Amino acid sequence: MNTYQKIRLSERKNYIIRFIVLIVILYIARLFYLQIISEEYKVYAQINAFEFLTEYPPRGYIYDRNGKLLVMNESSYDLMVVPKESKGCDTNALCEILEISKDEYIKRMTKLSLPPNSPRKQGVFEKQLSVKTYAALQEKMYRFKGFYVQVRSIRKYPRPIAAHALGYIGEVSKAKAEKDAYYKEGDYIGVSGIEYSYEKYLRGKKGVRIVIKDVHNREVGRFMDGKYDTLAIPGKPLYSSIDAELQEYGEYLMQNKKGSIVAIEPSTGEILCLVSSPTYDPNLLVGGKERNKNFAKLLSDTINVPLLNRATQAMYPPGSTFKLIDALIGQKDGVLFSNTIYPCARGYPPMGGHPKCHPHPPVDLEGSIQYSCNSYYSYVFKSIVENYKMWGNFLNAYQHWRDAVMSFGIGRKLNYDIPYEKPGNVPSIQYYDKVFGKNRWFAGTVISLGIGQAELTAVPIQLANVMCVIANKGYYYIPHIVKGIGNEKYLDSIYKVKHYVYVTEKEYYDRVINGMEKVVEAGTATLAKMKDIKICGKTGTAENPHGKDHALFFAFAPKENPQIAISVIVENSGFGGVWAAPIASLMIEKYLKRKISRPELEKRMVEANLIKANIEYIKSGMPDKKKKEKNRKRTRR
Amino acid sequence: MRSENNKYFENIDWISVLIYAILVLMGWFNIYAAVYDEQHQSIFDISQKYGKQMIWIITAFLIAFTILIIDAEFYTVFAYGFYIFFLILNIAVPFLGKEIKGSRSWFRLGEFGIQPAEFMKFATNLALAKFLSNQNLSVISTKRYKTFADYILMYKNTLITFLIIGTPMSIILFLQNETGLAITFTSFIIILYREGLSVNYIIAGFIFVLLFILSLLIHQIYFYITFMIIFIVWFYFGKHSWKVFFTKLLYVLLASLFVFSSNFIYSKLQPHQRGRIDVLLGRGEINLKKEGYNVHQSKIAIGSGGLWGKGYLKGTQTKYNFVPEQDTDFIFCTVGEEWGFVGSTIVLILFTFLIIRIITLAERQRSEFSRIYGYGVASVLFFHLVINVGMTIGILPVIGIPLPFFSYGGSSLWEFTILLFIFLKLDANRLYVLR
Repeated sequence: MNTYQKIRLSERKNYIIRFIVLIVILYIARLFYLQIISEEYKVYAQINAFEFLTEYPPRGYIYDRNGKLLVMNESSYDLMVVPKESKGCDTNALCEILEISKDEYIKRMTKLSLPPNSPRKQGVFEKQLSVKTYAALQEKMYRFKGFYVQVRSIRKYPRPIAAHALGYIGEVSKAKAEKDAYYKEGDYIGVSGIEYSYEKYLRGKKGVRIVIKDVHNREVGRFMDGKYDTLAIPGKPLYSSIDAELQEYGEYLMQNKKGSIVAIEPSTGEILCLVSSPTYDPNLLVGGKERNKNFAKLLSDTINVPLLNRATQAMYPPGSTFKLIDALIGQKDGVLFSNTIYPCARGYPPMGGHPKCHPHPPVDLEGSIQYSCNSYYSYVFKSIVENYKMWGNFLNAYQHWRDAVMSFGIGRKLNYDIPYEKPGNVPSIQYYDKVFGKNRWFAGTVISLGIGQAELTAVPIQLANVMCVIANKGYYYIPHIVKGIGNEKYLDSIYKVKHYVYVTEKEYYDRVINGMEKVVEAGTATLAKMKDIKICGKTGTAENPHGKDHALFFAFAPKENPQIAISVIVENSGFGGVWAAPIASLMIEKYLKRKISRPELEKRMVEANLIKANIEYIKSGMPDKKKKEKNRKRTRR
Repeated sequence: MRSENNKYFENIDWISVLIYAILVLMGWFNIYAAVYDEQHQSIFDISQKYGKQMIWIITAFLIAFTILIIDAEFYTVFAYGFYIFFLILNIAVPFLGKEIKGSRSWFRLGEFGIQPAEFMKFATNLALAKFLSNQNLSVISTKRYKTFADYILMYKNTLITFLIIGTPMSIILFLQNETGLAITFTSFIIILYREGLSVNYIIAGFIFVLLFILSLLIHQIYFYITFMIIFIVWFYFGKHSWKVFFTKLLYVLLASLFVFSSNFIYSKLQPHQRGRIDVLLGRGEINLKKEGYNVHQSKIAIGSGGLWGKGYLKGTQTKYNFVPEQDTDFIFCTVGEEWGFVGSTIVLILFTFLIIRIITLAERQRSEFSRIYGYGVASVLFFHLVINVGMTIGILPVIGIPLPFFSYGGSSLWEFTILLFIFLKLDANRLYVLR
């Protein structure tokens, strides 16, 4: 080889070095892309190695107004398994205890082994073991390799009362979980009652524990020794305004009857009891397999509809109880005075004795309340909606009447803290225009509104609220079932505001209250009379197409310094004074005296099975009802 | 007067030794990080891989020391001796050794294993240096070739050279089933290029690789059409003679034949090898849980490192074994994740610096033997670096070869130590070599 060639070849060194440097630069560029530009791999790394475990806080307890526990939490036991570790498990014995077949066992195992589960990850094999199963399992646990029992917290009700008011919790819906970032599918959320309205406080705050997983999805440690973990904050306790004893007693009285009892403390708007009957044991709906079965059963009971909260969702014609509102509006509008007397000929004379009335002596304002004269209030209603001097024409006057009624909290939502409230109905002008045609309806056409019939409907809690208004002589507080949140007993200021109604003059109220006192003393509700407590009340009897009339009674007591306002509705029982008034009276006694002085009355109320009675009544063809219907049609005409 | 001790270490290139030591120690720490778990925290724990690696490192240092005190002449004289010795050992291994994961290339001594194929590299390098130092590979000649025998004579040296490389390669590939190790022998092409091999061979090699890749991605008919056009244009603008016509036709037919057979070659590959190629080329459905897993996890580990890395022993992907083989072939992931872009770049630059340093040293040799051997060292190191890192960052298919000095394993560490230190000894001795 000559020198020339050698020099030429040694130049190749430079090409080689350039090539090497080029490749290395290429690699560094690639690293730059992977490590600095691209975010994708950092995300993958997180998914790979971290698991964000949710720590569930205990849900807040609920107490009654006297500090008695209404809702607490209880441990429930889930059987968990790590499929990979379950080799050598005594399958036969396990299947026997759980009462499942071998195929079912294999099916569940397979499901837990496939994505998104993993053979190395724990999964729920059976939810909410019964105490019996748990005990049986615990004994033989050593034979079930890979299985263990995990404790979870579920709701527990020491007293099986106030199911409707307290509500229940259930798994969050998919739609809600997608909308609200707080929830994941499978989380629990308040579905009804207080559990729903106060979900935000009861749930507390979920904590997060970041764990590091290895390639087999096993937990190998905590990220940064738990530096970024957040503790779960327990839910706040709630102090309900419910009086557990009163609630329990109300449910006791209402057994075998449909209807509701709502009691409110007039001076605060606190709901003392919220009975809806028929009711159910809230412990039936606490979760697991049993829960679904029970729920389906309750849901399918279309005769009793136990899941319906009648106190807030059933709309009844207020019947004669409505007369009090007429009396107040009439006085305020200057069309009714304490000495006003209207004729009654066993009915409303101008319309040929309809609406009908019962025999009673001639009455002034107080007496009209005492004897609940239908004719009288047909006149009063007519005088209000035909007050042309004040309103110019009928429609204006009607609108005024409607607004005045609604100011009492009827026919509109009160926005209290129990979900799914129904507004009731005070028919609008538009509605009647549609039914009868424009300018084709007059006071006479809708005269039964004056006695709380026709399309007028109210919800039991609204009637109790009307009682509060009368007891307070002109205002109410928005009813609420929770009087304090958390240990500091926080109460939203909206519940501390007095809401004044259309009538605020005390003397108007005094007359009405005197009349109400006479109702109990010597009027339509003498069964409610008590020796030492002055009850002011008003009966009502609401006609309805479902059988006998609904019996209504609402009252407050004592007359001076009212402490409880109550509305009682007993469906399909007949006259208000017979069933609703005694129950209200017993409730008032229970609340004010804490003991019952009339055991016979109590016994009669408890033992009556009005649901059965009504079914028999319907079977017999509702004899007096048909007659009434006929009359009613004529009245309309 | 020089002391005896001084004589052995006179003229040693301490810069290379220093980089070598740094890389070996970095490797050790990264193996510790890759294998690390809370139970075994001592880096000296012999029951763990990092403990074993420590023993390998100590013995490697001893080997390096021994190589430096032996006379440089020894390696020149016994070059073929080494070659033949390791060739025999490699032929024997499949019959005497134990089969591990389908490869028959290991001698087991208790917990420690030796892989003779690794040592074949420095032996081949010695033999190549010995053979080429007396020959001329360049085909710059004025002589006219008439007969076929003339051609044989002309390409005789090239043929022998390819035999020296090809024999161990075939043994390792076919007898031992170690594809990765076999492929590393192609790195010697760099020596041959330096020593005068026509650049056409390299171009041809690139064209074949390119055609192979393209033929997996594009339908074959497009190749044939393209080749036809190339041939027509090529001939039209070239000399118009029958000889030229047939030569050019031959090239085109050869290329066509290769394209035609490349699918056949591909189908003859082992399934996991096909999978690796598919992953790289993004062909078909890649299952990230199966064939795509390694590279995907490797990219995640490196990619999640960021600029500065997650810190030593803090790499979650490394620590919790998401990356398979992360102490051996995928050790670079540990570097990427825990030391970030900065750390990985430093490692790459250290390697590059060492390789270029060796080339520079090689070029200053008076002896052709030393120069060729030096180029061999640089080639092997560079080839391992490119293949290994290329696979972890997803630009080359997965080929299981270690990252020099870093990866866990005695054989590879010893091999690279021997490879490097023989050259350093030769270099130290350069002044005593007569031209």
